[in-house]
Amino acid sequence: MLTFLLRRLGAILLVLLVASFIVYTLTAIGSDPLRDLRGSSAPNREEQIAYRIEILNLDLPPVVRYFTWLGGAAKCLILQCDLGVAYTRGNQPVTEALASAAGSTIQLVTAATIIAILVGVTIGILTALRQYSGFDYSVTFLTFIVYSLPIFWVAVLLKEYGAIRFNEFLADPNVTWLAVLITGLISGVVFMSLLGGSWRTRLITFGSAFVAGAGLLGLLGVTNWFAQPTIGLIGVIITGIGAAVGVTAISTGLAIRRALLASLITVAIWVAAYFPLQYLFFYVPEGWMLVLLGIAAIGIGILVGILVGGDGKREAARTAAIVSFIAFFVIVIDRVLLVYPDYVQRIPQSGVIATIGSRTPGLQGDMWFEILDGFSHLVLPTIALAVVSIAAYTRYTRSSLLEVMNQDYVRTARAKGLTERTVVVRHAMRNALIPIATIIAFDIGALIGGAVITETIFAWKGMGSLFVDGLEHGDVNLVMGFFVVTGVLAVIFNLIADLLYSALDPRIRVN
Amino acid sequence: MATPIPTDAPQDRGSEQTIEQKAVAGMSQGALVRRRFFRHKLAMTALVVLVLIILLAFTSVGTVIGGTGALQADASGVLTINGWRIPGWWPLDWWTAYPIVNGGQPTLTLWPFSLGEHPFGQDTLGKDVFAQVMRGTQQSITVMFLVGLVSLIVGVSLGAVSGYFRGWSDSLIMRFTDVIIIIPIIVLGSIMGKLFGGNAFVFGLFLGILSWTGLARLVRGDFLSLREREFVDAARVAGASNARIIFRHILPNAVGVIIVNTTLLMSAAVLTEAALSFLGFGIQYPDVSLGQIISEYREAFRTRPWLFWWPGLFIILLALCINFVGDGLRDAFDPRQQAKVSRRKAARAVAAIPSVQAVTMVEGPTSASDAPYIDEFTDLGERSGPPDARGDRGDRPGDQP
Repeated sequence: MLTFLLRRLGAILLVLLVASFIVYTLTAIGSDPLRDLRGSSAPNREEQIAYRIEILNLDLPPVVRYFTWLGGAAKCLILQCDLGVAYTRGNQPVTEALASAAGSTIQLVTAATIIAILVGVTIGILTALRQYSGFDYSVTFLTFIVYSLPIFWVAVLLKEYGAIRFNEFLADPNVTWLAVLITGLISGVVFMSLLGGSWRTRLITFGSAFVAGAGLLGLLGVTNWFAQPTIGLIGVIITGIGAAVGVTAISTGLAIRRALLASLITVAIWVAAYFPLQYLFFYVPEGWMLVLLGIAAIGIGILVGILVGGDGKREAARTAAIVSFIAFFVIVIDRVLLVYPDYVQRIPQSGVIATIGSRTPGLQGDMWFEILDGFSHLVLPTIALAVVSIAAYTRYTRSSLLEVMNQDYVRTARAKGLTERTVVVRHAMRNALIPIATIIAFDIGALIGGAVITETIFAWKGMGSLFVDGLEHGDVNLVMGFFVVTGVLAVIFNLIADLLYSALDPRIRVN
Repeated sequence: MATPIPTDAPQDRGSEQTIEQKAVAGMSQGALVRRRFFRHKLAMTALVVLVLIILLAFTSVGTVIGGTGALQADASGVLTINGWRIPGWWPLDWWTAYPIVNGGQPTLTLWPFSLGEHPFGQDTLGKDVFAQVMRGTQQSITVMFLVGLVSLIVGVSLGAVSGYFRGWSDSLIMRFTDVIIIIPIIVLGSIMGKLFGGNAFVFGLFLGILSWTGLARLVRGDFLSLREREFVDAARVAGASNARIIFRHILPNAVGVIIVNTTLLMSAAVLTEAALSFLGFGIQYPDVSLGQIISEYREAFRTRPWLFWWPGLFIILLALCINFVGDGLRDAFDPRQQAKVSRRKAARAVAAIPSVQAVTMVEGPTSASDAPYIDEFTDLGERSGPPDARGDRGDRPGDQP
C-alpha cells in the first residue's frame, strides 16, 4: 500500500512538472504582457516597461523563467509558496489572488456537486427500478438533450427566465390559473409514470398528484406566500413528519416501529425547541453556533435512537440522526426566510435572484442576511453547473444499478424472501454506488477547472476569472496559479478515486 | 404425445430472440452490426438529420478554401474575403452588412412556407443571421470531423502500442496521457486558439491533438485483454509480425469501442469549440462560429432573441444527432446493452402460449414422432450459438428449464 502510494505520488509529481512546463511555455510564447503599456500614452511609459520587465524577468527566455517560477513554487513544500506576482491585479501576489478565488469557486462547486449527487443518483435509481417505463425513456431522452446543451447557452437562458422573469414575478407575485393547472398536470404525469402499476392505480395516482401539486401552488398563491415566503411552525411540523416517514421507509422500512417512533420523537423535540431557538438565533448569529447546533442535531438523533431503539439501536439511531438533521435544516431555512422582506428592501432593484458576482457589495445585515444573499447568488450558477453532472450521474447510476440487479446475489436475496426495499437498498444499491463514488471523486477534480465558463457568464470572481484574465492579458503567473490549483486538485481527486475504489470494493487491490 | 406440437412452437416461446437468431444466421459480424444499426430508428433519424444539416450548411452559403480569411475592400468598397470562395445558392454572405429590413426580425414563415429576405433575421449591423449561422455550422462540422479524425489516429495508435507492447513504452505513453489529461482542455484549447486561432481547420487539428486521451486509455485496456487471447497466440505461432497482429487480428475486435467513443468525442468537440469561441479563445473575427455569435449578442436576448436561438439550435442539433448516432452504434456493436424485451412483455408472451410445460417438454426426445421437430430445434440452437451468450436470460422465462 505504502509503496503503491509513493510510486503514484512520484508519477504525479513528474506528470505535474511536465504539464506545468507545457502550460508555462505555451502561455509565455503566446502572450505579450507589455501590450497595454506599449499602447499607453503615459509620460513615464519607458520606466513602466522597464519596471515590468524587471519584476517579471521578461528579459530572460520563457524556459529560464519557468525554472525561476518553479523555484518559487517548490517552496510550497516548505509552506512558503511564491507563485510570483500578478501584474494585471496591481502586482498582487498570485497566492493571495488564488486564496480568494479558490474560496468562491469551491463554494460553487461544492453546492453544485451536492445537488448533482442527490438529484442525479436519485433519478438514476428510480429509472433503473422502473426500467423500460415511460419515465425511464423520457429521462434517458432528457439526458441526451442535456449532454448536447452548451453550458453557456443554458446559462444565458437561466439568466433570462430564472432571474429576470422570475424576479418580475417575485416583485408582483400573482399565481395564474394556467400556472396552477400546468403544475398540477406536470406533478400528476411525473408521479403517475414514477409509481406505475395498473391503469386504475395510475389514474388514482395522477388524480391525487394533480390535486396535491395544483392545490399547493394555488394555496401558496392565495396566501401570498411568494411575497413573504416563510415555513413557520406548521411547516416545520409537516416537513418533519414527512421526513420521519420518508427516511424511515428507505432506511429501515416502516415495519420497524421503533425507528419510526425514534424519528418522530426527534421531530417533536425540534418542534418543542422551535421558539426557544429563535432567541438563540437572534442573540448569537454566528457561523460556529450553526455548526455546533448541527452537530447537536445529529447527537440528539443518535441519543433518541439508542434510547428508543430496543433491539435495533443502530438502525433507529441512524434514522433518527438523519431526520433530526433535516428538521434542524428546515428550522434554519425558516429563520433565514424571516429576513426575506428586509432583504428585498436592502438589495438593488434588479431583484432577489442575482446574476452577477457572489455577493451583493455593501450589504448591511447579520449572518442571516449573508446566508440569504449567498443563496440568491448561488442558485443560478449552481443550476448551470449541476445540470450536466446530474445527467451524467443519472446515466451512471442507472446502468450500474441495472448491472447489479442482474447479479446472482440479488436473486439469492430475493429468494430468501427479503423485502424489495432490503434487496434494493442493502444488497443492490450499496454495490452499485461503488463505481459512482469513484466517478464523483474524479468529477469534482474536473469540475473545479471546468467552471470557467459558468463563472465568466455569472461574473463570479473565482478561478475561472483568474484564468480568463490571465490569458487575455498575457499574465503567465496568474494562468499558472490557476493551473497549479486545478492540476493538483485533479490528480489528488484521481488518487482519491483509486483509493476509494479499493477501499469500497475489497476485490480490487491497489498494487 | 397425443397432441402434436406445431413446428413453430419453439420459436414462439423463445419470443423474439429465436426468430432473430434464425434470421441472422450466417451473416458476418459487419453485416450484423450494419443491420442492427439500420434498424435503430432514432439513430437513423439522427443520421439523416445530420446529413441534411451538413448539406444545408455547405451548399447554402458556399465556403472559402485557403487564404487568410481576412476581409478586404475592393475599389468599389465591396468587402470580399481572402481565399478561394465557392458560392452557394444563398445570395447573401456572412460578413456584409445589409440594409436592415423590418427591424432585423426573422422573415421565415412556416405556413405558407417562405424564406423571405432574411429567414433568421439580422443582427444590429444588418448582417444576415442565416448566412452567419450556416457559416458557423460549417466551422463546427469541420472542427467536429477533424477532432474525430485526429484523435482517432493518435488515440488508436498510442493506445495500441501501449497496450500491445506494454513495458516501458506503455508507462511512457500513459504518463504522457496523464499530462494531457490533467491540463483542462479549456486551458490548452484556449492557448492553442490564441496562438494559432482564428482558423477552424487549424483549431480543429489542435483540439484533436488534445482530445485523444480517453480513446487511448480505452484502446489500451482492450488491447491488454485481447493480446492474451488464443487467436493472438495462434497468429504469433503462425509467424505473423507485430504489425499484422495489431492491425489484422486485434484491432478489428476493438473497433466497436473505438467507433462509439469517437462519435461521443465528436459531439463533445462541437460543444468545446462553441465554448471556447464563446470565451473568445476559439474561432475569431472576421470568421464566425456559433459560440461566437451567441457570445457577441448574449446581452441582446430581450431585444433580438433570434440572435441567440438560431445558433444555439444548430449547436444542439449537431451534438444531439451525433450523440444519437453514437448510441445507435453502441447498441449495434454491443447488443447486450440494447433495449431488451421488458419483463411485462415477456410475461405476456409466455402467458400467450397454451401451456409452458407442454412446450418445455419438447426439449427431451419423447417419442419418434417428435424427432424431426427436435432436430430442427437443436439445429437452430447450434447454428446461432449458446442461448445464454447474449446474457439476458432473466428476460426469457420461457427458456428456463
